[in-house]
Amino acid sequence: MDQTTKIEIRDLNVFAGKTQILKNINIDIPKNKITVILGPSGCGKTTLLKCLNRLTDLYPELKVSGQIMIEDNNILEAREDIYKLRQQMGLLSQRPYPLPMTIYNNIAFALKLRGIRNRRETHKLVMHYLQQANLWDEIRTRLREPASRLSIGQQQRLCLARGLAVNPEIILADEPTSALDPISSQFIEETFGRLKNDYTIVLVTHILRQAKRIADNVVFMYLGEVIEQGSVEEVFGNPKMEKTKLYLGGTFN
Amino acid sequence: MTRAQKIEERFFKLLMILATYFILAILAVIIYSIFEKGIKSISWEMLTQVPQGGYYYGKGGGILNAILGSLALAFGATALAFIIGLPVALYLNVFLIRHKKVISIIRFLLDLVWGIPSIVYGAFGFSLMIFFGLQTSLLAGILTVTLFILPIMIRSMDEILCTVPIGLQEAAYSLGSNKSEIAFKIFTRQSVSGIITAVLLSFGRGIGDAAAVLFTAGYTDHLPNGLLEPVATLPLSIFFQLSSPVPEVQNRAYASALVLTLIILIVSLFSRGLGKRYHKTKINF
Ligand SMILES: Nc1ncnc2c1ncn2[C@@H]1O[C@H](COP(=O)(O)OP(=O)(O)O)[C@@H](O)[C@H]1O
Ligand SMILES: [Mg+2]
Repeated sequence: MDQTTKIEIRDLNVFAGKTQILKNINIDIPKNKITVILGPSGCGKTTLLKCLNRLTDLYPELKVSGQIMIEDNNILEAREDIYKLRQQMGLLSQRPYPLPMTIYNNIAFALKLRGIRNRRETHKLVMHYLQQANLWDEIRTRLREPASRLSIGQQQRLCLARGLAVNPEIILADEPTSALDPISSQFIEETFGRLKNDYTIVLVTHILRQAKRIADNVVFMYLGEVIEQGSVEEVFGNPKMEKTKLYLGGTFN
Repeated sequence: MTRAQKIEERFFKLLMILATYFILAILAVIIYSIFEKGIKSISWEMLTQVPQGGYYYGKGGGILNAILGSLALAFGATALAFIIGLPVALYLNVFLIRHKKVISIIRFLLDLVWGIPSIVYGAFGFSLMIFFGLQTSLLAGILTVTLFILPIMIRSMDEILCTVPIGLQEAAYSLGSNKSEIAFKIFTRQSVSGIITAVLLSFGRGIGDAAAVLFTAGYTDHLPNGLLEPVATLPLSIFFQLSSPVPEVQNRAYASALVLTLIILIVSLFSRGLGKRYHKTKINF
């Protein structure tokens, strides 16, 4: 397979005080594919994502060590460029957090951070990203309304559009459909399917069927460790480790 | 529920109801007596003229000097406390996020100074004025009241800012915002209505306080004319009028109290309206 690695995680350890949340994580995340991180709740999936865009900086109790290489750049060492670095990644969290402003300005805010201030270009791009996130048709007449008025499913797609608007290469999604109704979940999944041609997607989920539907690669985690990783066919079709078999068989959750 | 539990619940429910209505009744009596006595002595003349025959014994003229003085002083101090206080509250919640110990020490100190009675601020302001050889003035009053309301301003804004969900902060950081953008564009927008409440609370404390201005702003029969001249204030005019032996002058104190109450009411209603306008974009979690 012609996989180029986009993100290379080496010996990543995360401690919260004396408890170790992530233990010696080594993962290769291929470019322009969907890598699904799978595992029971509390195994450290969210923490792993937060390491990738250094949101761990917001939690002084977390001590992070190891290497996360994105194109020869160890992002755990980057100091000045942390804000630029985060723009390489769009984040979709477990529940949507629209910014406290209008729908339009949610996107325009992200565009401004990327340096786009020209009004006509902003107009054009707001429309473009809302279309990409499958939201434009529903809200084209409501752009000046506060984002808080949208439904949860629409808010999540707005957050996706906003994440894309900083022009990232990577999308980090942390159980993005867990708060959504089935229709909105399907919207998001379909959008991911389209986006993977242009973006490297890291998707955390605990929904096995979702993983099976859209994953190219699967990483199975348990209690802060990577138990098994490989292509979706390998991991689902022929799991090597006992714990993976049990998890995929639904014995524990 | 057992019988005992039922009785217990009834008992505490009754207690809460009684306490609530007791407080409401007392408030109603206070407001009623201010209105009842105030309405009698209030007149167009009182609102539009300065005192005649001295503020202590004078039955004539009005309290325009105190109305304008109080407004100038309270708006000045509130504005200054806001300009200083908002950055402090934002600094605590955005920039010090990795230093939880420092934050809690600062909060503790602010709570401590919040409890210091205003007369102490007045005395402090006064001793500074003596040190610098200044006389009582609007400026000295503004600075003293600013100091006095600053802890109130900072802590009540802080209480609101620290409810901004970490998920919202993460969302904004993940877009590449830096800390000042997070502070001024996300925290303030999400907290507008709470910030307005904080400002209002501080304004109310500032305009209603007599002790902080007693030695610092002074008193005068004239209208305010410049930062370096003494000004009259409503709380002090109430104080002087009430302590007069002449009943008519005493009644004028209620008129002054009525004016003070109405100013606070108008400012409250206005800022409520302002808060509602911004409330719409707030994200509710
Ligand atoms: N800031 C933190 N401080 C202490 N413990 C934490 C912190 N963040 C996460 N943890 C702990 O680390 C473990 C993994 O959490 P998380 O990454 O959220 O798991 P997941 O997303 O897989 O459910 C949990 O046991 C959680 O309690
Ligand atoms: Mg999680």
